[in-house]
Amino acid sequence: MDFEILIENVLNALAAGITIGCIYGLMCIGLGLIFGIMRIVNFAQGELLMLGMFASLYLVTGGGILAFLGPYIGPFVGALLAGPIVFAGGALLHKFLIARVSGLRTSGSLDEGHFGQLIVTLGISLILQNGGLILFGSTPVTVRTPLASSAVELGPIYGDATVFLNKARLIACAVAITVAVALYLLLEFTRMGKALRAAADNPTAATYMGINVDRVYRITFGLGSGITAIAGGLMATYLSFGPFVGLDYVIIMYSGVVLGGMGSILGAFWGGLTVGFVQQCSSLVLPPQLQNAAIFIVFLLILLLRPQGLFGRSAERA
Amino acid sequence: MRYGSVPRLRRDLVALGILSVLYLAAATFVTNSYYQLIMTMVPIWAVFGVSWNILSGYGGQLSFGHASFFGIGAYTVTLVLVYWNLTPWFGIPLGMIVAACAALLIGLPTFRLRGHYFALSMLAYPLAILYFLQYLGFQEVSLPMHRESPAAYLEFTDPRLYTVVSVGLLIAGLFVCMLIENSRFGLALLAIRQNELAAEAAGINARLWKMRALITSGMMAAAAGGFYACVLLVVTPDSVFGMLVSAQAVVMALFGGAASVWGPVIGAAILVPLAVSLNAELGNYLPGIQGVVYGIAMIGIMLAAPDGLFWTIRDRFFRPRAPAPLPASLASGAPVTARPVADGGPLLKVQGLSRSFGGLRAVSQVSFEVNSGEILGIIGPNGAGKTTLFNLLNGVLSSDEGSAVLDGQSMLGRKVHQVCRMGVGRTFQVVRSFPRLPLLDNVIVGAYGAGLADDEAIAAAAEALHRVGLTAQAGVDAGQLTNKQLRLMELARALAGRPRLLLLDETLAGLGRDECDDVLDVLQRLRGEGMTVVIIEHTMHAMMRIADRFVVLDHGRVLASGLPREVVEDRSVIEAYLGKKWLAKQNA
Repeated sequence: MDFEILIENVLNALAAGITIGCIYGLMCIGLGLIFGIMRIVNFAQGELLMLGMFASLYLVTGGGILAFLGPYIGPFVGALLAGPIVFAGGALLHKFLIARVSGLRTSGSLDEGHFGQLIVTLGISLILQNGGLILFGSTPVTVRTPLASSAVELGPIYGDATVFLNKARLIACAVAITVAVALYLLLEFTRMGKALRAAADNPTAATYMGINVDRVYRITFGLGSGITAIAGGLMATYLSFGPFVGLDYVIIMYSGVVLGGMGSILGAFWGGLTVGFVQQCSSLVLPPQLQNAAIFIVFLLILLLRPQGLFGRSAERA
Repeated sequence: MRYGSVPRLRRDLVALGILSVLYLAAATFVTNSYYQLIMTMVPIWAVFGVSWNILSGYGGQLSFGHASFFGIGAYTVTLVLVYWNLTPWFGIPLGMIVAACAALLIGLPTFRLRGHYFALSMLAYPLAILYFLQYLGFQEVSLPMHRESPAAYLEFTDPRLYTVVSVGLLIAGLFVCMLIENSRFGLALLAIRQNELAAEAAGINARLWKMRALITSGMMAAAAGGFYACVLLVVTPDSVFGMLVSAQAVVMALFGGAASVWGPVIGAAILVPLAVSLNAELGNYLPGIQGVVYGIAMIGIMLAAPDGLFWTIRDRFFRPRAPAPLPASLASGAPVTARPVADGGPLLKVQGLSRSFGGLRAVSQVSFEVNSGEILGIIGPNGAGKTTLFNLLNGVLSSDEGSAVLDGQSMLGRKVHQVCRMGVGRTFQVVRSFPRLPLLDNVIVGAYGAGLADDEAIAAAAEALHRVGLTAQAGVDAGQLTNKQLRLMELARALAGRPRLLLLDETLAGLGRDECDDVLDVLQRLRGEGMTVVIIEHTMHAMMRIADRFVVLDHGRVLASGLPREVVEDRSVIEAYLGKKWLAKQNA
């Protein structure tokens, strides 16, 4: 039955859309912290994702220190541990480079320092991509887990139509949601979260209130880096990747953050979920090579068709 | 041509001639094919950098996707050669035409975005094209060899001839760039980069100039890309549409010096040999070394000398000579052009003008008239809607209802630059100058905006400087002016467009008492010459001195209007300014 096949394809695309969408949601939260809340245009966010993938790879496979955990638990613990590693990297990056073109230094300047941020982070992105090529090589790799090749079957739902849920993605999705909720609670209810939101809203006023704005920014930038890296580690379980993988995802992240509304963590998650969902559904009608091109077109459409509604304040300022 | 551009252009052309001859002479003695390739590549990447510089350096529209045009040039040349056997001599111009069309298609939607959103969107185009070409199966296309007539197919046996062609390309590119820099095109782009809104208020059609810059820039990039394909004889989507290609354009121009003719050339001359030789020496062990070098160059220049080498060196070692005074013919102040005598009749009629933002009625049912030859002061507490009113009048915002008629023509529903062309000059609360340009050029922007020809524009600008009393500073860079001089400069810029009506938004803000008086004297003189002025101001004592009539706004509504003396004694006005309690205390 053609119709049954169609139904099956649609249902599977929806399922894949939701699971991958949640991981995209987590990835977008990372950029949401940096771009949405701190208003730093970070071009190198895709490379932080890439670092997360490789961090997880080297922790888990071969002689990695987590190799003893085995192929079932290891990859997910590796993904979680990629977070703190890239957090440290992100905090250092902020301390030595980003802080010099953002925050208090550029607050109130003509373009809020976006020009400098674009150039500096483009440079960082080039160094990480090509440095990654030197360190990791160009052969696509993946964090192997047997879970990626087995699935939970739901159904048959309609006739013979069955939904297959990839186990690796399903667990990754659950981890992503957990991390996202934990981060939300951290930002909403801790002193650190409040300081962050205050500093983002008005760095000068926050300084007067005794908040160490530089430190808060550094931590936030690190958090944003680490969160995206965890998402990267999770994606590494079902995706083959190389040092240039970040380019495809940086556009997806900006689409998600802009779509969800600037300055909102939950919004970034929903935005990422939506973009992932749309991307998976596009696989029903588009050949695989064009799916990436489609993402760019979706990004342009989001920016062009809903400028005020989605941009928040910065559209008027930019 | 811009004022004073002839000597600069002559100097640049002489330098270009000498450098080209020296470069070609050096190239003839190079026999190592590897160095020959580098000598061909440097001018190609320099042209690409120059193309980026036109849009992003001069125009300030940061593009991270210039590979779109470079790649379109390369693929056009390659595909027409492969499929139709058309020579690159024809393929390169064709590629430029295709790139111009692409620039139009890309610019139409993308120029609706600004700042970092523009930069990000531009990144998406080459990547989308890259995937599309991969989908079509053009992963790697070689240019077929034509041994029978190599020169006709731009395939030389002597690699030095490639260097000759690429230097020719660079000369053409630099010449176009010099023409742009020294014409109203370049001045319009610099103005847009500085402040798009202020440029539009000075009568510049920003969308149009940006589009022209993108098309010019795209065509130049396509020429560079097309020739690049001829030199390498093989194209892949990654090598011409890739991120590293876009990044090269950015890094050449920024490293050398954005918004300068020579910047991209300096950048390419230093970075291309460095990156290529590192790649050749270490490429086998460190395959991405080229990208790392560009990344480091980008970060380093941004943190250490954000203006780029050219400007940094110029500022440090070549202090600008004492500014040349205006020639006597201009400095004496060309006679103030005869303008219709102020008849005292209404010039501007505003009726029932309203605008809300969500639930907030920022301007509500505002009506007033401005008689020609008078100074009308608009006063009111913070947030009363004064600036919003100006924004409605000169087209920055659209109104919800009401009308504004200037001398029989409606001002509403027009774009900002169109309102300016109707004869409405405007200044802003925050002064926007072009710090690296001399004062005269800053003012000429306004004259160009009014559509004056070159000679007329220079005369109008000189006249405007004379009227505000800044003739002596005409040659000084705007970056060295005092706050008061900047305010007067902005006034002169508005005057250079020969307006009938001036809208001045807090022209006196931040000035001391004496400076304030100087500006007021200028305004009084302008009124004497028949100028009509609407001025927003907080300083009550200044307004009492200068304004013929007051309109008081509060919460978006007209609270009172009339002669200054009547208005300041109006109870509702005092209440709005000082509060009910104060009034009650006074009465008690």
